[in-house]
Amino acid sequence: MIANMSRRAFLGTLGAAGLFLVVGCERRAPASGASGATTPAKYGADSMPHGAVDDPLAFVHIAPDGTVTVTCHRQEMGQGVRTSLPMVVADELEADWSRVRVQQANADEVRYGNQDTDGSRSMRHFFGPMRRCGAAARQMLEQAAAAGWGVNVAEVEAVNHEVVHRPSNRRIGYGELADAASHLKVPTRDSLRLKTPEQFRYIGKGEVRLIDGPDIVSGRAHYGIDTVIDGMFHAVVARPPVYGGKVTSYDAQAPLKVPGVVKVIEIAGTPPPSEFWPVGGVAVIARTTWAAIQGRNALNITWDDGPNASYDSKTYRAELEQAARAPGDVVLDRGDVSSALQGAARRVTAEYYIPHMAQAPMEPPAATARIVDGRCEVWTATQAPQTTREHVAKRLGLAVENVTVHVTLLGGGFGRKSKPDYVVEAAVLSQAMDGAPVKVTWTRDDDIQHGYYHTVSVERLEAALDANGRPAAWLHRSVAPSIASIFGPDPQHEAPFERGMGLANVPFAIPNLRVENPAARAHVRIGWYRSVSNIPHAFAIQSFVAELAAAAGRDPKEYLLDLIGPDRHIDPRTLNDSWNYTESPDLYPLDTGRLRRVIERAAKEAGWGRQVPAGQGLGIAVHYSFVTYVAAVVQVAVNEKGGIAIPRIDIAIDSGAQVNPERVRSQAEGACVMGAGNALASEISFKAGRVEQSNFNDYVVARIDAAPRDIHVHLVGSDFEAPLGGVGEPGVPPIAPALANAIFAATGKRIRSLPIRDQLAAKGET
Amino acid sequence: MQLQVNGQSYTVDAPPDTPLLWALRDVLHMTGTKFGCGVGLCGACTVHLDGEAVRACLTQVSTIGARKITTIEAMESDAVGKRLQSAWLDIGVPQCGYCQPGQIMSAAALLRQTPKPGDADIDAAMSGNICRCGTYPRIRAAIKRAAGL
Repeated sequence: MIANMSRRAFLGTLGAAGLFLVVGCERRAPASGASGATTPAKYGADSMPHGAVDDPLAFVHIAPDGTVTVTCHRQEMGQGVRTSLPMVVADELEADWSRVRVQQANADEVRYGNQDTDGSRSMRHFFGPMRRCGAAARQMLEQAAAAGWGVNVAEVEAVNHEVVHRPSNRRIGYGELADAASHLKVPTRDSLRLKTPEQFRYIGKGEVRLIDGPDIVSGRAHYGIDTVIDGMFHAVVARPPVYGGKVTSYDAQAPLKVPGVVKVIEIAGTPPPSEFWPVGGVAVIARTTWAAIQGRNALNITWDDGPNASYDSKTYRAELEQAARAPGDVVLDRGDVSSALQGAARRVTAEYYIPHMAQAPMEPPAATARIVDGRCEVWTATQAPQTTREHVAKRLGLAVENVTVHVTLLGGGFGRKSKPDYVVEAAVLSQAMDGAPVKVTWTRDDDIQHGYYHTVSVERLEAALDANGRPAAWLHRSVAPSIASIFGPDPQHEAPFERGMGLANVPFAIPNLRVENPAARAHVRIGWYRSVSNIPHAFAIQSFVAELAAAAGRDPKEYLLDLIGPDRHIDPRTLNDSWNYTESPDLYPLDTGRLRRVIERAAKEAGWGRQVPAGQGLGIAVHYSFVTYVAAVVQVAVNEKGGIAIPRIDIAIDSGAQVNPERVRSQAEGACVMGAGNALASEISFKAGRVEQSNFNDYVVARIDAAPRDIHVHLVGSDFEAPLGGVGEPGVPPIAPALANAIFAATGKRIRSLPIRDQLAAKGET
Repeated sequence: MQLQVNGQSYTVDAPPDTPLLWALRDVLHMTGTKFGCGVGLCGACTVHLDGEAVRACLTQVSTIGARKITTIEAMESDAVGKRLQSAWLDIGVPQCGYCQPGQIMSAAALLRQTPKPGDADIDAAMSGNICRCGTYPRIRAAIKRAAGL
């Protein structure tokens, strides 16, 4: 019996009820989209495992009372996807939103299409398919009504949850039509009549409230960590403090003396590259989480730290700097940089450092598993349900069909929950407990010390300025361990998808330009962190542009626009960017006009050029990421002790048409706060292979008193003809450089190393 | 031992040093009170003890005695709590929402003490509550809205 799981109980009702009439009790063959057409080129959703599905039978249910239930197959972690994707379906369906319910899909990519909720692509990849789902269901309802009335389907129209026959003024509700409609053929894709934007009820309006809002504010919302199953055990795991380390010895008896502790179980780890597998360690199983934690404290483990035992962030930084001062893999080479640098009247060089960070979602990783009759069920907050399912199946030796992954709300993800190591731990422990339900909870210390860290990097830039102060040559060397190192032998170079995050795809009209990527070896698990490699690349490039502007004695905004040059479409292939965020280079060129427009908008709204009080300054930065264009102007106030406040940020975002502008705004606001927090205070550092931080006392993130105070989001839209850009991540990268540029404007001090922390403090004060 | 939670008396079978957080979550299965850090640094587990905001992760059950525990689950029947919940929804505060029960509990304690808080009051009362999604500007706006400011 599962308690405290109203959403799941609701699902159970749906599945079991014979009385339930649905549009689509059976689904036709899955794969490349129900309506037949396959796209030859593998871009966008089609480039992802299992692609996109636009079959209404998989996503839309209509009950006899007219209640429409839309399945959301992407995971909710704060971006609003459980509201926005069903809203798209409801709009095309002409459904009354007050009669729409949302149910969360289990892991099943064959049925639903790709479910990896990352890369800022849920709306970008599924706006089209969800529109088609809604439109197909609407047309089936219209056909059913017309057939019932014996009239031509062209005479009927779906309007606000009913189908209307105007000539006879007859109308019939969706609930009454559902059964008949469910027996009709799903219309082919080319016969769908999508709405025009003028006909949208909800899309583009931003008036639909969060579907989970009432549950969230009342404490009823169910996150992975909230799973309660009768008789379940609670577990915490002591993991090797160094990546690649192993247990040498431990006291298996002492924990059992703690009241409530039931068992001590060793988990076999996967040595590097550990991919998404558990790193091993010793688990303590108990009746409560608290007892498990107390039991773990008694384990008295000794570790063999293995080959990464000497990883030290200070030493490593010096290694990265050394590497950045010598040539590396050529990422992009245009003109003749070497000669232009040598012949230059003026050269400017700067090195930037961006440290490791931890995602630290407020809900730490947690998962519950049980195994009954050779079938494993897990409940968890995951960004990657299908990956989770496959990993649990493989580790337990089960067929994938015998693993069910129930997806809860995520209490934040930021990339951490794309890796299901914590779910595999729960499955392994349930197996060791003869299939009994076991919940694994990561404490905050576990999360901070055993994570998949944002990469650490040194970015070295060098430019030769011509007589007008414009760069005649530009050399950028980026050195950072790669995420690819967790999947196989360490490539020691940034992967194409990392290079494509603002390193290769520089939009500047500079005749001689070279980008290099010297080698760097990984010593920890490197993982995605919201905005990923865009963070270091944007920080360095956008800081350096402002440094050059200062060297040239020019206004930073005008200088930035000058470097970008005339409006044009840059084919990413000409920048050696083979990735392009998985999107077609033809549909998604780098559009410098859009880049210019967000700069101009943010500058205008911020009152660029205005006088600010003493100790204050304005800084600007722009960055193109996740095929979206974002510029930010940060206003900073630095007090006499070097304390930093951010009274205002203006952020302009062009992600194409905004499907749910209200959530685009909230994502941009959050990006400003997180971007500022990253820059001001967040750092993970290593000593003797171990993370030096352990909790929010020393891993510092933004709090309300230090967060940007007044955030103005400016939506630079376009019509719904243009392809969509991402929303969740692209707001973050320009914030740190805009802040550093503002600090320079306020104080004349250039920040080249993050976090900023107390770098502005007068000597002797911290 | 007995705990008074949201107007009801519960018998809780847990060692005396058990933090209230884990008694609520793992024994009483009241999961609206969230685990975020375990050491009083993030505010996700904020509850009221006789109306005062405390961190449940730092409050051992043996120290509570007859004091009344109020959790997020009871905010709907609390005048201030209800106003805050409405303001939270009107302004669309939550993103992932995980920290919001703790935010609302801290905000409710603030408004009970300081019905018309200024920005400095809000900073002082709310800076113990971390939101990783960065909803702070809307939290501030929602508190002011609930306060009728």
